[in-house]
Formats: sequence, structure tokens, C-alpha cells
Amino acid sequence: MRSLLPILTVVLAIFVIWYGMAVKLNAPWAYDKAKRAEVSLSFSEMVADTWSQEKPRLPAPHQVTAEIWKSTGAMVLRGKAFSKRSLIFHGWVTLSATALGFVLGTLLGILLAVGIVHNRAMDMSVMPWVIASQTIPILAIAPMVIVVLNAVGVSGLLPKAVISMYLSFFPVVVGMVKGLRSPDHMQLDQMRTWHANRWQTFWALRFPSSMPYLFTSLKIAMAASLIGAIVGELPTGAQGGLGARMLTGSYYGQTIQIWSALISAAVLAAILVGIIGIIQGATLKRMGMVR
Amino acid sequence: MSLVTGVVVFWLAAWMTNVWLSQRGNSRAVQFFVPALFGVSILVLWEGVVRGFDINAVLLPSPSAIGLQFSRELDTLWIDFVQTFVKGALSGYAIGCGAAFLTAVAVDRSPFLQRGLLPVGNFVAALPIIGMAPILVMWFGFDWQSKSAVVVVMVFFPMLVNTVQGLQASDHMQRDLMHTYGASYPQALLKLRLPAAMPFIFNGLKICTTLALIGAIVAEFFGSPIKGMGFRISTEVGRLALDMVWAEIAVAALAGSAFYGSVAMIERSVTFWHPSQRG
Repeated sequence: MRSLLPILTVVLAIFVIWYGMAVKLNAPWAYDKAKRAEVSLSFSEMVADTWSQEKPRLPAPHQVTAEIWKSTGAMVLRGKAFSKRSLIFHGWVTLSATALGFVLGTLLGILLAVGIVHNRAMDMSVMPWVIASQTIPILAIAPMVIVVLNAVGVSGLLPKAVISMYLSFFPVVVGMVKGLRSPDHMQLDQMRTWHANRWQTFWALRFPSSMPYLFTSLKIAMAASLIGAIVGELPTGAQGGLGARMLTGSYYGQTIQIWSALISAAVLAAILVGIIGIIQGATLKRMGMVR
Repeated sequence: MSLVTGVVVFWLAAWMTNVWLSQRGNSRAVQFFVPALFGVSILVLWEGVVRGFDINAVLLPSPSAIGLQFSRELDTLWIDFVQTFVKGALSGYAIGCGAAFLTAVAVDRSPFLQRGLLPVGNFVAALPIIGMAPILVMWFGFDWQSKSAVVVVMVFFPMLVNTVQGLQASDHMQRDLMHTYGASYPQALLKLRLPAAMPFIFNGLKICTTLALIGAIVAEFFGSPIKGMGFRISTEVGRLALDMVWAEIAVAALAGSAFYGSVAMIERSVTFWHPSQRG
């Protein structure tokens, strides 16, 4: 709680800067309009105009909030929560791809990590490539993966999920390898004294002690997975999803629409990471790992 | 079919060699050779599968076809590389990381701002910042300036969070010692806290290398002049010229690895004292 006040200050500062930038960026258009209508603008009129334009260069926060409410809450009230104009619909499309990719990526990551920890040859030959695979800007392949999978006849959810999976498996591999190796010699010796085999050592010692590492990586993986899903929607003219919403917004100059999609994506990311955080807290408490 | 069998046999043989080698020694040569052999065997497997099953080049071109295209289109690839990597990614990386570093040093004297900035920065670093790309392209136009701006926004927060954390890394004993020496704030910063922060700063710099390249390429999907890696990828995918797309990906992979590798090398010479860099 000690850091609540500083955080609020920083957030407040961001909002002040945002409103200020909105005035600065939108002012030329406001003056231009006034000149053509042959009226002169006072400063307060100009500020009011910059905060309420229809296609501003930078929409003010309250405009974005209003747009988000219009395309979520207001549509729910009219019973059209899943119409194509609703952000809930687009958010759902993105969320399902994110979730599928996240689950696949986590499974792949854990499997690879288990292999790497138990097999020296795999450690030496695969690990460098796992790391190298992340220095490659993999998002660049996103359009190709989607087009190729479309050509094979796989379309819809799966191609996007594949991109999410590729982005999310890496943090899981690295975190899990670290976690599965975190038991120290003393503990491993103890398992040996009890004559535990590899399988028992894994379930009774390695896997439980990797939990804190796993959850930390899961948070990163979830954020990466969402980015993958959004970028996967960009290049192919997808019909639904927050990424498609941003792209159509940028085609038609609907800045408010872009920003509302962006903010919804941010809220979605925060909720997803928050859920993992809650599960993390509960699990680690149950396991007696929280001090 | 015999081709596929042969390739699979080769792959298995390479794998057995790796298992045998990895059980032997842990010398430098082995550490280099094992992953290299694994990579080569994957390439051979790929080539064999594409030829053996006669896979359409539109779906998955063979490595040799990609290599051929690479050598044929060197000029185009170079122009794209300069446009996207040198102009877009590198300039944005320098500006973004520089600005984040200076901001971190500036808020260093105020614990109040630090307590506020760290959680907010961590939060923003987890957001899909890449979504800012269409907005920034609208503001800064189609040329490299907008790509550079996207990169600045993407690298700023990860770098800021790492630097702020790094500046807190020196422990009380060390700071007390500086105090005993009567060191002024700038002296303590330069002699103790910045060197102690270096491992964190380089961690941030390394994360940002990948982000920079991704940002520059993805920003080109939203509009660019008729050159650049992202532009080429999206147009060639439209024409189903997959060998060209793969050649661009190879360039991106080489550039990304070289970028990461050079930052890692600088790190090794600057933070030679850190446990993770020793023997």
C-alpha cells in the first residue's frame, strides 16, 4: 500500500500528458476548421474542440472511454453483445486464439524443458537453438504461417494460435529448465538415499520446486501469446479480432476505434496476467512456498 | 521414398553422434560442434522431406531453393536490410534505449517516483505495445521515421524497468563505504551504482534487440515505401513467392542473431566481473 500514492501520481501524470498532447496534436485541425468557417477561436474554445473532434490525431481519454462503453456495455444493454460491431465479439476472437496458443505453448515448453533437464544430448543440441530462435523476429513470419496454413485448408483459430504458441513457448522453456534444476545437491542426495527413481524424483522434488519459476514464466508467456494473436490478425485481413479492428481503423482513419481496440487489448492483457497471478498466489500458498 | 529413408537415417546418425559426444567431454569444440551438427541435420531433414514427398514450393520451399533465391536477390535484400534494420530498427533502438536510460538516471534521486514508475513500467512492458504501430505510422508518415518511432515506444519501458532495478542493485554496505569516502552523488553514481547496474542494463539491451527488429518489421505492415523487409514479406506472401519470403526471414534471422550477439559480446567485456560471465 506504501506505493499506492506514487503509482497514482505517475498514472495521473500520464493522463495530464495525454490531454496536453491531444491539445497540441489536434490544434492545427481545430484552427483550420475555424479559419474556413471564418470565426476566430479563443483558447478555451480551441481546447474544447481538440478534445471532441470526430477523427482526431490523438483522441482524448474520455473519448476513448466513451467509444469503449458504446461498443461493449451499451451493446450488452441492447442485447447485442456478440454483434460484429461489438468489442466483446472482437475481444473474444482474440482471446480464444490467445488461450489456445498459450496452452499449446506451455505444454510444448514444459515437454522441452523436461527433455532438456533429463537428457544431456538434448540440452547441448536443442538449448542453443531455442535461444537462437528468439533472436529471430518471429512475428515477421506471422503472415506467412497464416497464408501457408490457409493453403493447406487450416483456417480460423489455429494459425493464429500457432503464432501465439511460438511466442509463448520460449519463456516457459527457459523458466522451467531453471526451475527443474533448482533443487540443490542436498535434496537430490536425499532422494537418492530414499532410492527414488528418476520418475519419482521428478514428481516429488523437481516438479514442485519448479512452481515459482513456472508461474513467473507463465505471466510472460501469456503477454507474449496475446501479442502473437493480435499480430496474427493484422496481415491477412481477418474478419474479427482486436488486431483486425486496429487495421480497419487505420485504413479509414478512425483513430478513436484504434485506440479503443488498443486499450481493450491492454485491459485483456492485464486481466489474463492478473488471473495467473491469483492462481500463483493460491497454489504457492497451498504448497507453503510463500514466505 | 529411399531419399526420405536415407535422410531419416542421416538424422538419426547425427543424433547418435551428438549423444555420444555429449557424454564424452565438455570442451569448447564439443559445445560448438553439437548444436551445429543438430542444426545441419535439421536442414538436411527439411530438404529431404520436401524433395522426397514432393511438397509444393508454395507451401514450403526447400533450403536449397531459399539459398538460391538469397544469392540471386542480394541487391534487393540489401536495400530492404538498410531500410528496415539500419534506418528503422537501429535508430529507434539507440533513441529508445538512450531515452530510457536517461529517464532512469533522472528519477534515480527520487524514491517516490521510482516506487511509482516501476509497477507502471512493468505493466506497460507487458502490454501489446505493437498495437501503437498504426497510430505512429499515421503520425510520422510511411518512411523509416515511423518505424523508428514504433521501436522507440517498444523498447522504452523494458529498458527503463531494467535500468531502474539495476541502479538499486548495489547493497547498503557498498553505499555506506562510498559515504565514508565522502563521495558526492555523481561520484557514487559513476564509480559504484552504474557499474553495479551494468548486468541489468545489458539484460534490458539484449531483450530490446529482438523487440527492435520485430517493431520495425511489423510497423511496415501498416504502410511503407516500396522497400523494407516487412513490406517485401507482406507483398511476396500475396504473390505466393515463398522462397523470397524465406530469404527475407533468413536476413532477419542473421541480422537479429548478429545484433544480439554483438550486444552480448560488449556485455562480456563490460561486466567481466559478474558471476554469470566467469568461467
